[in-house]
Amino acid sequence: MVGLMIGCVVLAVLPLLLILGSLIIRGAGSLSVAFFTRPPVPAGETGGGVVHAIVGTLMIVGAASLIGIPLGIGAGIFCAEYPHNRVSWISRFVADVMNGTPSIVVGVFAWTWIVARQKHFSGLAGSAALAMLMVPMVMRTTEEMIKLVPNSLREAALALGYPRWRTSLSIIVRTSLPGIVTGSLLAVARVAGETAPLLFTALGSQYVSFNINQPMAALPLAVFTYATGPYEEWHRNAWATALVLIIVVLVLSVGARVATRRRFQLNG
Amino acid sequence: MTSPESPAAVEAPALASVRSADGAEPSSRPVPVADRPSPGDHVFKWALTGAALAVPTLLLFLLYELSTGSRLAIDKFGLHFLVDSIWDPVAEQFGAYPLIFGTLLSSFLALLFAVPLSLGVAIYLTEFAPRALRQPVAFVIELLAAIPSVVYGLWGVFVLMPVLKKVVFPVLRDGLGFLPFFQGPIYGPSMLAASMILSIMVMPFIMAVSREVLLAVPGNQREAALALGATRWEAVWTTILPYARSGIMGAVVLGLGRALGETMAVTMLIGNRHEIAASLFAPGYTMAAVIANEFSEAATDMHFSALTYVALALFVVTVLVNAAARLLIWRVARGSGVGSKAL
Repeated sequence: MVGLMIGCVVLAVLPLLLILGSLIIRGAGSLSVAFFTRPPVPAGETGGGVVHAIVGTLMIVGAASLIGIPLGIGAGIFCAEYPHNRVSWISRFVADVMNGTPSIVVGVFAWTWIVARQKHFSGLAGSAALAMLMVPMVMRTTEEMIKLVPNSLREAALALGYPRWRTSLSIIVRTSLPGIVTGSLLAVARVAGETAPLLFTALGSQYVSFNINQPMAALPLAVFTYATGPYEEWHRNAWATALVLIIVVLVLSVGARVATRRRFQLNG
Repeated sequence: MTSPESPAAVEAPALASVRSADGAEPSSRPVPVADRPSPGDHVFKWALTGAALAVPTLLLFLLYELSTGSRLAIDKFGLHFLVDSIWDPVAEQFGAYPLIFGTLLSSFLALLFAVPLSLGVAIYLTEFAPRALRQPVAFVIELLAAIPSVVYGLWGVFVLMPVLKKVVFPVLRDGLGFLPFFQGPIYGPSMLAASMILSIMVMPFIMAVSREVLLAVPGNQREAALALGATRWEAVWTTILPYARSGIMGAVVLGLGRALGETMAVTMLIGNRHEIAASLFAPGYTMAAVIANEFSEAATDMHFSALTYVALALFVVTVLVNAAARLLIWRVARGSGVGSKAL
């Protein structure tokens, strides 16, 4: 039986190795300085880069984080500090449900909410969709992290005459800040790779654009466009772009996890 | 990230000590020592309440937008939409039955591959693996959950699919060709290929959540079984799994929710054809994939509306599935946040 289970482990770990392996084998060859600094060239020509998608991903995910992270942290603090409030119960349950909402549905929502009203695609609509995906993730990790803070810290602050809000902000939140940052980074990593909510909000573009109110490129969108395109050159670009994307995502999420683990070891 | 004790256990002594310290009347939460809350407390609480209320508000707004967006299609097709099979944007005839069928079938097949595998890994990691191996392996498998869907799709199209087409599918057809599921021409993009990639994608979720559920089983259950003379394997089989059963069901249902809504990789591998075929080698379609493919190309209001209707149906199904999963997990690990963290 144990042998069978070891087989399961091998079979489960294998895809990660295979995927990373093929990304490196097929993608690394196309990486060059030009790939990171040049805009794409028309189909059929060689060369060109993905700077448009890098700029787009930075701006879209950046704007999403500006909306999603503060909202998520605020809601998370509320649920941890007023755990028996009815609002906490509702928003905790809704967050768990929203955590499992398909990202494509959120994309349709952002389309009807923003794109259909503005009558044009925009990076901002994509940010709204991504922010909506971030809120429940950030909120739940914030709450879990705050719950780990020993109650004696809170009691000490209250006993010293701190008002409740200062206790929350400068003692409780301060203590759990590393965990909250980790949760936020994980959420950023997760939405940075999302394609489905951007398909008909940010739409994608072939140009370097800094106007977030216009259609924008993004790394996952570029992977999708290149991979489903008919040209051999595009497929090579798809692998290279995917390699860039996975490096961004893995650095964010591995970094976040390693940081948390170190913190837990320090705390015993 | 899971707190070892339940929150109730953590809070109870704190409540008692705050109460005895200042003699305030019993309350359901720790009360500030000051008699009157400071004005800052009110501002603080209202600001946070706003943030917390934003979450359910957004969900209601999403429901509202999706239902107004699909109004046209709901008025025209009603619930027949869910059982009709014709999808003809030109004639403005829409029926989502093949999509629903494809979504359910691909998710079911994905779970068929993923559940035994992830349970095997979860049990091995919590009960049998050498201690030094537990964290690293769990970590590596959780990394699988971090890989973006579109990268799975890319890998599926250019690496997995050729292997399936040249090696696995012909072998299946030769060996099991007497079954209707393994007959007919082999294209490559197919229900089976999409299910394979889907199972790789949901496996880390099921593994991570069922591992947390197994870790939440109280140690004394395990010790009692071992003390009564059970082998470690018997302890797993007779004590730990029965205790964790509903939580593991919850993990599986959570994986089902992920599989139902998975979009990009499925879109790239399933072949995108509005048909129901007995053969798993034939292309199919899913609800999420049709939205991804047709939404930005839709030309008529009715087409948009029909696609939004599909999104609404998908949303309702995943909400029900996820709510069921939460309830199941809470029965084993109430309030511990198992399955809530961002993977």
